[in-house]
Amino acid sequence: MADTVNPYGIIAEFDNPADTIHAAEKVRDAGFRKWDVFTPFPVHGMDKAMGLKNSKVGWFSFLGGVTGYTCGMLMIWWMNAVDYPIVVGGKPMFSPFSAFPPSYELTILLGSFGSLFGMLFLNRLPRLYHPLLKNRRFALATHDRFFIVIETADPKYSETETHKLLESLGTRHIEVVEE
Amino acid sequence: MADAVISKPLAQSDAANQVAGIVVKAPPRELEREPMVRNQRSIGWISDAIAGVAEGKTPRWWWLAFIPSVIMMTACFTMILYLVSVGVGVWGPGHPVMWGWAIVNFVWWIGIGHAGTLISAILFLLRQKWRTSINRAAEAMTIFAVMCAGIFPVIHIGRIWFGWWLFPIPNGNDIWPQFRSPLMWDVFAVSTYFTVSVLFWYMGLIPDLAVMRDRAKNKIRKFAYGLFSLGWTGSNRHWSNYEKAYLILAGLSTPLVLSVHSIVSLDFSVSQLPGWHTTIFPPYFVAGAVFSGFGMVLSLLIPLRRVLRLEDIITLRHVELMCKVTLATGSIVGYAYGIEFFIAWYSGNPYERYAFINRATGHYAWAYWTMITCNVIVPQLFWFKKIRTNMLVVFILSILVNIGMWFERFVIVVISLHRDFMPSNWGYFRPTWVDILTFLGTFGLFFTFFLLFLRFVPLIAISEVKGVTPQADPHHPLGGAKKGGH
Repeated sequence: MADTVNPYGIIAEFDNPADTIHAAEKVRDAGFRKWDVFTPFPVHGMDKAMGLKNSKVGWFSFLGGVTGYTCGMLMIWWMNAVDYPIVVGGKPMFSPFSAFPPSYELTILLGSFGSLFGMLFLNRLPRLYHPLLKNRRFALATHDRFFIVIETADPKYSETETHKLLESLGTRHIEVVEE
Repeated sequence: MADAVISKPLAQSDAANQVAGIVVKAPPRELEREPMVRNQRSIGWISDAIAGVAEGKTPRWWWLAFIPSVIMMTACFTMILYLVSVGVGVWGPGHPVMWGWAIVNFVWWIGIGHAGTLISAILFLLRQKWRTSINRAAEAMTIFAVMCAGIFPVIHIGRIWFGWWLFPIPNGNDIWPQFRSPLMWDVFAVSTYFTVSVLFWYMGLIPDLAVMRDRAKNKIRKFAYGLFSLGWTGSNRHWSNYEKAYLILAGLSTPLVLSVHSIVSLDFSVSQLPGWHTTIFPPYFVAGAVFSGFGMVLSLLIPLRRVLRLEDIITLRHVELMCKVTLATGSIVGYAYGIEFFIAWYSGNPYERYAFINRATGHYAWAYWTMITCNVIVPQLFWFKKIRTNMLVVFILSILVNIGMWFERFVIVVISLHRDFMPSNWGYFRPTWVDILTFLGTFGLFFTFFLLFLRFVPLIAISEVKGVTPQADPHHPLGGAKKGGH
């Protein structure tokens, strides 16, 4: 078992965002599916260069917000007008106006939870183990280096061809990362 | 435009696709902006400079600040213990001034927090790139300020073991909270504000905690930062979702921060008391909150940038811009004071008129004029570049702003209450030593948390600052762009 090491993928290092973005375009055009770019900060234009679609986080926030507002309104109506109505200052038992501020706050609260947890869910985080995080060179991905990683799981992956492709893209270092 | 170019890379020699005959000149010197990060620092340097603050041996100045803070925090908790065991009689409030320092401090601290959210959310939506150097520290300030604020409403109710009645949990008589009261709205506003501020702050921290993890030299640090960075790798697929979520959180925090101090102001303006019962309160409170918050951000960051040698990241331009926001919001506050007086006269209501004349000439005139000096006159000094660029002067003025805003809350709460409709309801409020020590103690709480923050977490958003440098721009020569952009 110790002898058989499965390669996770091939990792190519770049010096600056412009080279990375051009390389990403080539990898995208080559038709790879299981690959990614790793950068110390979000590089503008990279989503397009990778062919990524608009993020779906918004739906999670929207769902959270709608839940928050509905729950707030229903809760206040049920508590103050149904379960235990008490007359205060001759005001109506339930009014959407006085119920609005707490419901508004709940909209924002659950909408925010929706966007944070939606982001984590879409990114499959928290993930406490990742083969790349074992690689010493890859630690520079949070410092000042840029990496393109093509996984061996990609149907188009080939040990020699993929290596050649990445080599032609102006990388400064190529390495195979183990699982 | 730029995106279109990226998706279809041009051949270098493809002259037909280039706009001919147009020469783009560099802007004249006076229009050139100072860069976000001075001295053309590399992105690696940014990591080292910021993360370095939370690494290595704890510096002596940190202990010199931390120990007194902890002592003051202990004083705060001791005073609260004393208050709870003896009763609210140990405080100054009594008939007719039933809301004393507790509410003044609550409103003041929560206002301080507003600058953090303004910087992190509103300036983000407005694409003000300079926010990246200050947003992390300002958001931390928000969280700790809201913590200090949150203490007061809970302890001022006297029997704090009934504090849970504020929440929609049925009490012993199966009675629910009364949602027609703004005090109830306040509970939701403040608790949402705190929670969302923490979420926003933590989300911004995830990539930076990954930076700390990858720099960690020992196992414990690696494990702790690894745990809290949730396995962040810097994947662009992750960044894509992350940036969207960040934008949405900024979009949600903006109406939130505007609503919080508006709702706090409704605690006052929904009542019938002259001096409180005005419709100008919500915008006026929000402007005042941002004003005081920027005062606090300046008071914190001016010494820090010097001590931590971060002048290249928190540049003079950042300080100047903060001074300008302080000037703008301070002017709104000054305008609101004027309008309050005008409306008091214009309303023709003798009680309203009396309340305002009494503010300026009554027994508490000293508090009123302290407020006017600090909030109306002091910020006007920021019109002058000489003053905005003198760090010592800005530091002193920023503290005066905070003093002024504390007095504004004092003026609103205490002066309005101490003269009721009938002279038999008149009184004079004095704080007790417990009031004073509790308030000073909250500074201990604030600074204890703030210093711990400085020591364990990157105090500036590393990945965001990297993102606003020219080296991060794939269309800039420093970002690797070849001649002609590509």
